[in-house]
Amino acid sequence: MSLVLTGRLRSSRIARVNPVAKLAAALLVSLTLVLSIDWVSATVALALEAAILPFTGVGARQFWLRTAPVWVAAVAATVATALYGADAGFVLWSFGFVTVSQGSLMLAAAIGLRVLAIGLPGVVLFATSDPTELADGLAQLVHLPARFVLGALAALRLVGLFVDDWRALARARRARGIGDGGGPIGWLRRLGSQAFALLVLSLRRGSKLATAMEAKGFGGSQRRTWARASRFGRAEVVMVLIGAGVAGCAVAAAVAAGSWNLVVS
Amino acid sequence: MPGGAQVNARGWGWRHAGRSRWAVRDLELTIEPGERVLLLGASGAGKSTLLHALAGVLGGDEEGEATGVLTVDALPPSAARDHVGLVLQDPDSQVVMARVGDDVAFGCENAGVPRVEIWERVHDALEAVGLQVPLDTPTASLSGGQKQRLALAGAIAMRPRLLLLDEPTANLDPAGVAEVRDAVARLAEATDATIVVVEHRVAVWTETVQRVVVLDAGGGVLADGRTDAVLARESGRLSEAGIWVPGPAPERTRAAPVEGECLLSARSLAVGRTPFGTRTAQAVASDIELALQRGRALAVTGPNGAGKSTLALTVAGLLPPVGGTITAEDGFRRGLRPEPMRWKSRQLVSRVGTVFQDPEHQFVRTRVRDELAVGPLATGADRARTMRRVDELLSRLRLSRLAEANPFTLSGGEKRRLSVATAIATEPDLLVLDEPTFGQDARTWRELAALLDELLTAGHSVMAVTHDDALVHVLADDVLELGDSRVRRPGALTIAEATR
Repeated sequence: MSLVLTGRLRSSRIARVNPVAKLAAALLVSLTLVLSIDWVSATVALALEAAILPFTGVGARQFWLRTAPVWVAAVAATVATALYGADAGFVLWSFGFVTVSQGSLMLAAAIGLRVLAIGLPGVVLFATSDPTELADGLAQLVHLPARFVLGALAALRLVGLFVDDWRALARARRARGIGDGGGPIGWLRRLGSQAFALLVLSLRRGSKLATAMEAKGFGGSQRRTWARASRFGRAEVVMVLIGAGVAGCAVAAAVAAGSWNLVVS
Repeated sequence: MPGGAQVNARGWGWRHAGRSRWAVRDLELTIEPGERVLLLGASGAGKSTLLHALAGVLGGDEEGEATGVLTVDALPPSAARDHVGLVLQDPDSQVVMARVGDDVAFGCENAGVPRVEIWERVHDALEAVGLQVPLDTPTASLSGGQKQRLALAGAIAMRPRLLLLDEPTANLDPAGVAEVRDAVARLAEATDATIVVVEHRVAVWTETVQRVVVLDAGGGVLADGRTDAVLARESGRLSEAGIWVPGPAPERTRAAPVEGECLLSARSLAVGRTPFGTRTAQAVASDIELALQRGRALAVTGPNGAGKSTLALTVAGLLPPVGGTITAEDGFRRGLRPEPMRWKSRQLVSRVGTVFQDPEHQFVRTRVRDELAVGPLATGADRARTMRRVDELLSRLRLSRLAEANPFTLSGGEKRRLSVATAIATEPDLLVLDEPTFGQDARTWRELAALLDELLTAGHSVMAVTHDDALVHVLADDVLELGDSRVRRPGALTIAEATR
């Protein structure tokens, strides 16, 4: 379970906000930031996000654990752009096709900061959201189909079982005499067949769950009611405004600095 | 409270798509509103199929072919779904939501019950099944018995006129069985709903039901009537069909245990698993001392969560010990290192046979015959000898008819027999079994007990994790009770002592 969901969310000001509002805020920031590639807007957005971080209630360990992939992506994008990005200005270092110039370094910084500014709010806001509440909100406020939203929610719960299943399958293979040997090729073959076994196991579990859901009247023609009301009140409006504010400040600062360059023009 | 529903079957039958045999056929049955019925029948007699059909979840024409008429309150079951509650065997696969309250509310939401009323119903239902935990309790933290009561609460919150229970206690330990049985008994007193239970173990339900219907594997109904009358009249035939009829417990037949050659011993052993994303293992049981000898059976008992399964996997060389040592003796390791965890897979398989709690976890081939050949071939046995061994096992465990079938399509009892057969195919010195009798009918149980006796007499060693008092009584020479980790020596071993 811990893989996907935090058992109990830490209570914080932001954790109490409807996940749909958090999703909207995160979308506002990311959609704005993909419009331009410059380091000013990304830096401003990142700084403002850092100021909001303490209010999310996400602990340091949780923060680094969950955002690790974003940092890896940011570093990878920065290095790649620095080496292969469009060159301009003073050339600092060059080796064959690889040229690091003043221009490509500026671009690299813009890209790296941008990946962080877009990725971090999404990951952090998700870490403070309960999937059930998000599903309630998406169905009741955004009016996505209940069948889709609840199906995805139920499936999410099964994802947590993957790790245990994978280990159980590995043990079973060892117990059956086919758990090792054969060199790298044998290892690859075992990996493939075990992955397939995991797929079969998941499908069987999924179909059992579908039967249980169907027996409880899920997917019937009856109009569904919702036990938990999903509300969009003042806190939610404030959350969206904060998102809009971060996006607005980033754009304003970049335009003022003259670095704003629209990607689609 | 709504009244009970009437169930009617007129010449009803069902054949699963792609099968030549009818799962149920020529069924003539009427269940009156408010009746409490125990539905019995041999493995494969179609009990679950009938229950799924009544719940309206058997599927459409792609899933199979129906004949005759089956109605709930004169409606086709798929149209009566809002009035029917179904509880299934597997506690884990029927939890839909992450929190207890939400899970109970799920069915009411689907039925379009207004919000205010849903929460009243959730409270009532949880109280009725005796599951008084906060509504935001994570469902993942519940025990098996609690999960089954949660499923029951979810079903009755829909205020069903017909409540269907498909082996609701088969996967539970004795404490869990009692929890669920008591909850159903209380419920039976509080509602007028019609209740139909499928179960192998008759004794659990005799207090709650008034009528017993026995399905005939060949089609139709074998016996039908008041519980005591049917049990008195049909006891022999029921027992033959694998149903656990109340009566004297099976007796121990094997000769008194002998002191055999020691295969493996554990000193101050601590066992545990490493949670995902961490480096250190968490011990679930420690200070375990045990010795496994040829010709002797060790039963490992104890409450849920005491670490029995973890111990079994550790002894079987599938998990590293967290502390202490496991030492294989010379006659067992035959030149290998003393720690089974460091043996290669193909070296392990000729020394230790492991039978997992869930047979589906250990199947690796798509035909029963190939499944049995995996182990012997891994040890390097030639094809001709392997095939002889496979044929021998197929007939010994009544699986010859299924040699070409896919292991996943077998019935519960057949899967269990196959999983035991795969573990003994390599004639391992030590056989480790995890809850081998969970959810098994009486016939499979007897065959399993007889087979284990035979292996012990032939000089194999057996270690079985079990909650099953009868199995401990018939099989065990030594009992290790986890939570109180020391091995009791036999002599005056009684069931009470073994399971206290």
